[in-house]
Amino acid sequence: MKRFLSAVLAGVMALSLMAGCSSGGEETTTTESGNDTTAESTGLFPAVAKEDLKVGVVHITDPAEGTGYTYTHDLGIQGMQKNLGLDDSQIIRKNNVDDTDATAIRTALEECVEEGCQIVFATSWGYMDYVEEIAEEYPDVLFAHGTGYKSNGKNFINYFGKINQARYLSGIAAGMKTTSNKIGYVAAQNNENGEVTSGIDAFAMGVESVNPDAKVYVKVTGSWFDPEGEGQAAKSLIDMGCDVIAQHCDTANPATEAEKAGVFAVGYNSDMAQKAPGATLTSVMWDWSVFYTEAVQKVIDGTWDGQNYFGSMQDGLVTLAPCSDLCAEGTAEKIKEVQDKIISGEWDIFDGTTEYEDNQGQTHTLKAEDYGTCNWYYKNVEVA
Amino acid sequence: MEMFLKFLVAAVAASIPLLFGTVGEILCEKVGHLNLGVEGLMSIGACAGFMVGMQTDSFVLALIAAFVAGVLAALIYAILTVTFLADQNVSGLTLTIFGIGLANFIGIYMLGASENGTLKLPEGITAQMNNIHIPGLSDIPVVGQLIFSYSPFVYLGVVIAILAGLFLKKTKLGLNVQAIGHNPAAADAAGINVTRWKYVMILLGGGICGIGGAYCAMIINSGVWISNNVGGLGWIAVALVIFAKWNPWLSILGSFVFGALRVLKYYMPQSVVNLPTAFYDMLPFLITAIILVISSIRKKRDLNIPGSLGVNYFREER
Repeated sequence: MKRFLSAVLAGVMALSLMAGCSSGGEETTTTESGNDTTAESTGLFPAVAKEDLKVGVVHITDPAEGTGYTYTHDLGIQGMQKNLGLDDSQIIRKNNVDDTDATAIRTALEECVEEGCQIVFATSWGYMDYVEEIAEEYPDVLFAHGTGYKSNGKNFINYFGKINQARYLSGIAAGMKTTSNKIGYVAAQNNENGEVTSGIDAFAMGVESVNPDAKVYVKVTGSWFDPEGEGQAAKSLIDMGCDVIAQHCDTANPATEAEKAGVFAVGYNSDMAQKAPGATLTSVMWDWSVFYTEAVQKVIDGTWDGQNYFGSMQDGLVTLAPCSDLCAEGTAEKIKEVQDKIISGEWDIFDGTTEYEDNQGQTHTLKAEDYGTCNWYYKNVEVA
Repeated sequence: MEMFLKFLVAAVAASIPLLFGTVGEILCEKVGHLNLGVEGLMSIGACAGFMVGMQTDSFVLALIAAFVAGVLAALIYAILTVTFLADQNVSGLTLTIFGIGLANFIGIYMLGASENGTLKLPEGITAQMNNIHIPGLSDIPVVGQLIFSYSPFVYLGVVIAILAGLFLKKTKLGLNVQAIGHNPAAADAAGINVTRWKYVMILLGGGICGIGGAYCAMIINSGVWISNNVGGLGWIAVALVIFAKWNPWLSILGSFVFGALRVLKYYMPQSVVNLPTAFYDMLPFLITAIILVISSIRKKRDLNIPGSLGVNYFREER
């Protein structure tokens, strides 16, 4: 009897757990326009009728975290769903897929294929090699991998954007605000990761453009998601005397630590003014719905061309949150001036020809698309 | 020097969730129950403390809620393992998965119901829970910063650890409880109510873990709700029990050492020592392994491990 009861209790726990996991979005009524796309396709793959379409997404954490990387990607997916009028059942999400766990990644990708997805978005850097493998095994399914650098020109493409444009602009805000001339930067990964490193460089160049005396001090957590470590790294930078804290990590903890200590912060991914209103100068943000809508529309229209996607501020993929009242006087005007040049195409960071000096005294050029190869820090950067 | 002082202060802040988790787990293991559900207990405590704190704007009510939630979650474990003699490891692991899932589920629901997709504690409770400032005492150079400058959680944790040690070592009841962990049959024969005290200790331990969870949600994440906010600290607490040799007093030192090792990578200037961050992440566990090896070389008695740890007690089998 006891054995039976304990089995029942364990069962109840397991069931309630499952209830916790399957918390998808609530039912929304979507308007089915139902345009059968039987028109001849110009792309590499036949068109898929909108009502037959299934879109898979593999997330590294849970979108419901309410801030950070996965949240902004999922906002993009939701935006795409709304733009195209897809039903909730047509979006298949795989959450909390650790990008260092080979089995979990393979399982998540294969499940997406088995559940009938015609296109799968894999959002984290570490998925890259596994997506490459699976794209070979399933040549009829389309795979798009965010960040990273691999693609095959057919059913496996890479997507990312010129986030460094916004990072440069946020550096202007930080450089104009600092009075100690010490700016902290909480980085998720070290200089082996080009995405993080090129972001630090762009930010540091923005700082230098308005404040040549300021230095950027970098602390590396070594993890994409480490709430405690991200806060501790920010605190140690503040203890060193930094009075503006920028970040390339997932939680708002660097910004909230800055708020607690009475210094300032530059957010990333989503607008962190909601989490740390007393510290946030501005935030570097993505609007992924721009890309997701375009990509899925191509699948529906049958115009998939196998080309990589690299969006920018011009496309609206990359944005900068409005400058808060905490910014130094004239910041918004200065940022607007540079932003206008970027959007008009008059000037761009990492144009592939400008030479930059790193902190070892060597010079480099960088093309925005090759951000993944960037493993040098700009001259005013110091790993602390 | 100034930086070293700040390092120590940061180490104390990092040690507190570990201290709560470790003391809670020690109380549970002292009656012979290895509870691998610390992470889950802390998650549930984090969720309850945070949500109640947000609704009531009262620090004390948030603490009570975290404690009660920890007790209730530990009750599941206690019923399964004490009354129904279910496997302790499996039950504990299930409790961890259940606790994290439940906390995230409630968090997701509350985020959905929030106005702007953000859950942030109101200002009243933030003022109560943030670092204290005692005029005079907190202003003493060095000592003031080192001793009188923390969140109330820090002092609560140390007091609980000291009281738990006093109870276990200096009271007859505490010795009786330890007897249960070493040999429940003998304790039973000596007239100690084994089942009752197992329940009391497991529930008490769960409640203390719950408060540790509240620290994670309220202090580490600065009162902003995120999923998985305990972030594996519960597992470190399980390892720390071994480091502390099942002694609540030693756990104060142990959690400070572990906390210091966790922040060391941010306070060690790269210009002095340049090591990969993964090396620092490994250190606490390396030290735990070394302690285990040294203890087993010296004598098992020295480790003070409860003799019947992990073994359920079935009275009719005596």
